[in-house]
Amino acid sequence: MSLRSTLSRLRYRYFPDHILGEILSKTWIDNAIPVAILVLVLAGLGLWDGDLVSLRSLTGMAPQYAETLLVTLGMVFVLLAGGIDLSVGSVFALSNFIVLALFNMLGLPIGVAIAAAILAGGLVGAVNGVLIGYLKLRAFLTTLVTMIIVKSVVDLLLLSFAVRIATPVTTSTFWDFLSFDTVFGIPPSILFAIVCAVVGHIMLTRLRLGWRILAVGGSRRSAYNAGLPVRRTIALTYVMSGMLAAAAGVLYAARLNAAGSDTGVGLEIVAVTAAVVGGNSLGGGRGSVTKAVLGAIIVLVVTNSVVRLGLPAGGNSLALGVILLLAVVIDVKWVKNRGKLLSSVYVSPAWMQLPACPPTAEGSGSPYALNDKLADVQLIGLGEIDGPEDPILDEAGNLYAGTRHGDIIRFHAPDFTTHEVFVHIGGHPLGLTFDRQGNLLACVAGMGVYRITPEREILRLTDQTNRSWLSVIDDSRMRLADDLDVAPDGRIFFSEATIRFDMSDWMVDALEARGNGRIICHDPATGRTRTILPHLRFPNGIAMCRDGQSFLFAETWGCSISRYWFDGPRAGQVEVVVADLPGYPDNINRASDGGYWVALVGMRTPAFDLMLTNPALRKRMVERVAPDEWLFPNMNYGCVIRIDETGRVTDCLWDRTGRNHPMITSMREHRGWLYLGGVSNNRIGRYRIPGADPDWTAAASYRGEAA
Amino acid sequence: MMATRTRSPLSQEMIVAAIAALLFMAFFLTQPVFRTTDNLLSLLQNVSILGILGLGMALSIIGRGIDLSIVTVMAMSSAWVLQLANSGLPLGLALLAGLLLSIAVGLVNGALIAFLEVPAIFATLAVATLNYGVVRTALLDDNLVYLKAEVPGWFHAIGGGALFGIPNPVLLFALVCLLLHLFLRYDIAGRFLYAMGENPAAARITGIANRPLTLLQYAICSVIGFGAGMILASTIGSVETRIARSTMVYDVILVAVIGGIGLSGGKGGVRNVIIGTALIGVLLNGMTILNTPYTVQNIIKSVILMLAIVADSILNPRDEQTSQQGDI
Repeated sequence: MSLRSTLSRLRYRYFPDHILGEILSKTWIDNAIPVAILVLVLAGLGLWDGDLVSLRSLTGMAPQYAETLLVTLGMVFVLLAGGIDLSVGSVFALSNFIVLALFNMLGLPIGVAIAAAILAGGLVGAVNGVLIGYLKLRAFLTTLVTMIIVKSVVDLLLLSFAVRIATPVTTSTFWDFLSFDTVFGIPPSILFAIVCAVVGHIMLTRLRLGWRILAVGGSRRSAYNAGLPVRRTIALTYVMSGMLAAAAGVLYAARLNAAGSDTGVGLEIVAVTAAVVGGNSLGGGRGSVTKAVLGAIIVLVVTNSVVRLGLPAGGNSLALGVILLLAVVIDVKWVKNRGKLLSSVYVSPAWMQLPACPPTAEGSGSPYALNDKLADVQLIGLGEIDGPEDPILDEAGNLYAGTRHGDIIRFHAPDFTTHEVFVHIGGHPLGLTFDRQGNLLACVAGMGVYRITPEREILRLTDQTNRSWLSVIDDSRMRLADDLDVAPDGRIFFSEATIRFDMSDWMVDALEARGNGRIICHDPATGRTRTILPHLRFPNGIAMCRDGQSFLFAETWGCSISRYWFDGPRAGQVEVVVADLPGYPDNINRASDGGYWVALVGMRTPAFDLMLTNPALRKRMVERVAPDEWLFPNMNYGCVIRIDETGRVTDCLWDRTGRNHPMITSMREHRGWLYLGGVSNNRIGRYRIPGADPDWTAAASYRGEAA
Repeated sequence: MMATRTRSPLSQEMIVAAIAALLFMAFFLTQPVFRTTDNLLSLLQNVSILGILGLGMALSIIGRGIDLSIVTVMAMSSAWVLQLANSGLPLGLALLAGLLLSIAVGLVNGALIAFLEVPAIFATLAVATLNYGVVRTALLDDNLVYLKAEVPGWFHAIGGGALFGIPNPVLLFALVCLLLHLFLRYDIAGRFLYAMGENPAAARITGIANRPLTLLQYAICSVIGFGAGMILASTIGSVETRIARSTMVYDVILVAVIGGIGLSGGKGGVRNVIIGTALIGVLLNGMTILNTPYTVQNIIKSVILMLAIVADSILNPRDEQTSQQGDI
């Protein structure tokens, strides 16, 4: 191996290129921008005048921060559902007035005054909600109008009562506590705001209402078509916003005990700016409480600094305007281009060198020599089945296969001319197997491993494994469970082809050629699921060996078949059985002669083999060339081989024309016939194996060694 | 292209026209002051500024946008013109400077919306704040700018004069109506503006240059705002810049929307603005005569605007399957 390729190998082995894409695919990355802005703002103001960002000055803002945060939280809920609430400033002023009027002027108990104020805020919110949610008015103009109306009403009331509400006729210990006291040095108002933020966070991330808000904002049409109560959800966000703005108004009343015509003026701009600076999208669906908290801090620090620096009149609104514009531009561009950026960064190829490809030419004497044995297979379910990855037969001879539509279809013995939906699972069932009790086990793409009893009861066996500590991607969830087999003691061993790509992009994993896949063991006796073999190159087929202590597994992009011992004296060892296949192996199943059938899903090509040693070339290809033009492994041939336990090839079946069975992903021997499946085929093939035992079934073979 | 009218037999336009006529009759019959020619002329004069601004607003709404900075442009650029004239600059140059300032603000609006893809509502709102802040701090000495310099008589005649007994602002309103009508109806850019407002994606695919068109749209809006500002300034000889922070821009939206210019874009024309202006003019004048307090006037106007939007959403209902995501 040349120095250059050694260096290349080491560089791609140890430099974690894939991490960048994985970080960008995380939802919390949206917080990176507001955090960066916050750091920049604090640093910039600190350099300008250190006192602006001193601890004393920051804690001095705390009571004001509580009010800003409450209003911003309400605004975020509304924004998340795809609306906007400009009436918060007026509601704030209204609530401030109501508390002062009821408590100071009329001498009602403070609890009543606060409840009335918050109720009034909720009512204004409800008016907004009915108009926007149920009557489908435009949020911006509607809340603008309610803002003017409420503001005018407050101004009218102030004309008559401004002086009287500022002079209390009664006192309340609670009110004094809210106004002047601290709890462990923290003002109660900020504690209340923190409680609201925590509740809001739990609602958005854990509760039904929060999920509905996000769904409606993410795609109103989809939410509507999915049957969510779109109108009610939208209306509720305005009620929440109104009540939170009213709560902020109560805190303001406690803090200043006065009402003026400028109370709450411009608060809506502050709240929108805070929400958007924090990274909450205008137009909905993207955002969180964390972002509201960050945005409110940024806006408050900036506006307070502008005031304290004594900038000329209009400076405050100037600063807010600039921040709002910048934030919206960043938000719009980020939302628009994040997907593009992610797709150009996500695929990160690694270095790999395959051993020399064995010859497949006709008459070359190679065990893989081309032939036409699969030219005349019988076809089952032609055009009626979509994507039978791994057909399997029960003892009665009925044929089962998964489809892309999320069903398992059953073709009836003996002639397979009629079929029915055996069960509907929802995800594409890939590898299938029967356990020794006659239950059908299925690996379902994107969902995990499922058990289907003969009575058609569906039970999820497992959909998560242990999380590896250093993985950025959450690898505890199953993305692409692929094939499985059952050990004599009932443990289920299954492969997960890749943790980095979903079923729809499975072939892109070939461009990476990194060990993204793994083999996982699930023990139904204990319910535990553990990853046992990580970092495999698209592990695919799994077949138990006849010693009951080991299984064979195929690594598709590694073009190899290996054997792993899970029990016995060699437990934990891996041994390569075939290192240099001419194609990409898929499923492995037992054969009647004591060997194993291996499906080759595609054939190696010199160009792609060469490209595997040049990760930079593949990276450039992914970045600059349209996906349709990418160089992929050749998937247009069909080939099935049979090997013995040592890896010697004992038979090879080709469909040279690629007409009947291109891309064979699996084959199953049953009573002298071989049944062929393909994950992108619309048929199942049936091939008479010359000289095969006409009574052999896989079930009997496994039963022979039951523990 | 002619989907500019609602198909409903009772269009909003007709309803509003009827209400305006009824209100007019009611005031006419019950309020003796209202009946006087002087009052009717002053009604027309007062409302013509609002009408001209409404035309600019209509232009921005037809192209599926909105221009919340139009009142700020009106106030700030005209105040700057007066300040420049006071400082000794010839009036012609001062006017040119104000015009360029307003065009620049319009282009900033357009660029933010077309190229940086900021929603029009936010872009124009932020630009309004910026325009006010920058001009107020950097270019003006005071909130209230009086015209102190000696200026040619024709300047005062813009807003103060009259032709055949009709105040010039009214004639100018009519002139802007005519120009805008010709632009929207017969100019290619005007027709494209409807196409863009009706369906921006389809307009873009058919080859309409949406981005330059958006720049043009907001530049024209700003120029209309500047023109309104100069008429106002020449009428009263001063500019109060705090009008930029008032709720006047919502009156302007009211004028456009209540006349039946659909907020979803691509609908309406000059006639709708005239009808909206008539209703609001009669209403404001009547309320002034009845001595209604300013805040109550605000409430009444707001309720009417709300009713207009409700009517708009009932006559042009939002379809869950085809409405634009993120359209606020």
